Amino acid sequence: MDLLEHKGKSLFAGAGLKVLPARLAFSQAEAQAAAGELGLPVVVKAQVKTGGRGKAGGIRLCATEGEVAAATADILAMTIRGHGVSCVLVEQAIAIARELYLAISSSRAQRGPVLIFSAEGGVDIEEVARRNPAALVRTPVDPLLGLCDYQVRDVVAAAALDPELAGPDGTPAKQLLAGVVRALWRLYRDSDATLCEINPLVVTTSGEVVCLDSKVTIDDNALYRHADLKAEFDAGAEDREARARQAGLAFVALDGDIGVLGNGAGLVMSTIDQIAAAGGSAADFCDIGGGARAEAVAAALDVILSTGTVSALLVSIFGGITRCDEVARGLVQVLSQTCVDVPVVVRLEGNAAAGGRAVLADARLPGLTVAAGAAEAVRLAVAGAAAPAGPDTRREG
Amino acid sequence: MAILIDERSRVLVQGITGREGALHAARMRAAGTDLVAGVSPGKGGQAVEGAPVYDAVAPAVAATGADVAVLFVPARFARDAMLEAADAGIRLVVCVTEGIPVRDMAEVTAHLSRRGTILVGPNGPGLITPRRCSAGIMPADVFAPGAVGLVSRSGTLTYEVVHELTQAGIGQSTVVGMGGDPIHGVGFLECLELFEADDETEAVVLIGEIGGNDEERAAEFVREHVSKPVVAYIAGFGAPPGKRMGHAGAIVEGSSGTAAEKKTALEAAGIPVASAPADVVPLLQARLERRPSP
Repeated sequence: MDLLEHKGKSLFAGAGLKVLPARLAFSQAEAQAAAGELGLPVVVKAQVKTGGRGKAGGIRLCATEGEVAAATADILAMTIRGHGVSCVLVEQAIAIARELYLAISSSRAQRGPVLIFSAEGGVDIEEVARRNPAALVRTPVDPLLGLCDYQVRDVVAAAALDPELAGPDGTPAKQLLAGVVRALWRLYRDSDATLCEINPLVVTTSGEVVCLDSKVTIDDNALYRHADLKAEFDAGAEDREARARQAGLAFVALDGDIGVLGNGAGLVMSTIDQIAAAGGSAADFCDIGGGARAEAVAAALDVILSTGTVSALLVSIFGGITRCDEVARGLVQVLSQTCVDVPVVVRLEGNAAAGGRAVLADARLPGLTVAAGAAEAVRLAVAGAAAPAGPDTRREG
Repeated sequence: MAILIDERSRVLVQGITGREGALHAARMRAAGTDLVAGVSPGKGGQAVEGAPVYDAVAPAVAATGADVAVLFVPARFARDAMLEAADAGIRLVVCVTEGIPVRDMAEVTAHLSRRGTILVGPNGPGLITPRRCSAGIMPADVFAPGAVGLVSRSGTLTYEVVHELTQAGIGQSTVVGMGGDPIHGVGFLECLELFEADDETEAVVLIGEIGGNDEERAAEFVREHVSKPVVAYIAGFGAPPGKRMGHAGAIVEGSSGTAAEKKTALEAAGIPVASAPADVVPLLQARLERRPSP
């Protein structure tokens, strides 16, 4: 689960990291009121779960109330990389001396966390990695030992801060930076994050070290250990994906018009690829998992067909442990009760496949075709989707 | 020889008194596995499938000489169960469980590698050496003994490809499902190294999917260290960026981890990539025929 900037910053603040005073606003009036409380100038920032909002114009420095109102109206009307903007963060502006980059991220190759630091912050870190790999410090953190002091010292040394620079209370900026690195590690570990990124981490002209942005991803599998975040997860999910998850399905909406469902993530991905290779386009990724549960099939059909833009349905099952005849009975049960008015192509292979095909044939469901193999199933589904809508086979509208 | 497991493997099932544990213990036994013990805390003294049940792994190992542990344990208890197996001296831990937190897997893999314990999974079907030993949930009927090694990131897709191989008369030495999580035990590299050294394996099939760069690293490894024919299949060309496709590890992040990138890397290393699961068969046949006879 990706957190919005303001939510990530509230975790930062709870972990002892310094963030700027800010208010969340859902309207121009709220933004103006927030600016009044915080004092001008302020920065108005789109709250979206995607990068690139700065380049898209989603971050604006405002010196007057009029500018706050105009910026808020503009930003709330934006769509950034497909994400609508429902709220903005109004944040105090500060004088920046240095911009740094600091992140801890889960690495597959290291099989654990990696701390990434760059003295060049505020820009796309992948670009820094390409242009000047030496500017990045990448330090694997042992998951059992945790972050070591020497690793923190390495980061502080790489930052090359002015040794004379100190915060308002006289604490050297170098020491403040070390504190930030340690606090971010604790937050990463204790909140089951897979990414905690601060870009930029700024050193202000008054010697403070402040998190100007936050990008936090929490491991979905660990949400049971974080009840507060779990509630956010359930509330924030897109409607169809949330419904699918509740039914125990893995579901991702795609752009095409051929509904796809199958058992196993790899099998479904493979089916989507074969549809594309045959000139068609899948409407979704839907994995019903193992077992022949009729209710999972029913939930999957409900979610897949709910947009009304699906013009054919392809069901691909490979029976390993799962018996194809039981899946077939589940399908018949669902399809005979549900009004599915697009062509349905079913492909059964593996455990009890012959029995499963017989069950489907006996049911004589209109619009249902049993394919002889994967290739034929894909061909029939693509042809079915391309066929002109007949009165009996297509949903109206 | 096969790799990782064979008829000499002595298998213990953690969580054997649960529904899944009992079901798959029976299936493993029917597939030729030497099932020697089960473990379920608080259920010691019972017997499941003729195997004595113990309260903990260490006494089970002491009494039976078990060297392989297969876990059917819920996600939130899986970390502890894997650590217990490793600390009891188990050689190979097989974890089928899906949904284990990333932090738990980072800790488990770090601990197991220090112990020298091999891990297969999690979030995968385990592994099988046909007719000799099954450690996991693979449907034994689909498999046949033979000389092709297979290692895969996906369960059902593995069965699909193996089904095609078996139908075409191509048997398998050992088939390993590494699992769909981003942090997992043995992967392409470890299995390729084992298959290369295995007398019974003549060719290797890799089944990959989007996410990470395991396939790219495998391509590099094959180029440098593998003399046996290798063919591959990759799923997920149609996956949109930023979306998890079922498996926790199946995600295109930024511009990296795409299927197209993996295909290019594999082909550049001389590994043909099948366009559909069934096409693995002719690719493999062509590569095997092209080999000079000994």
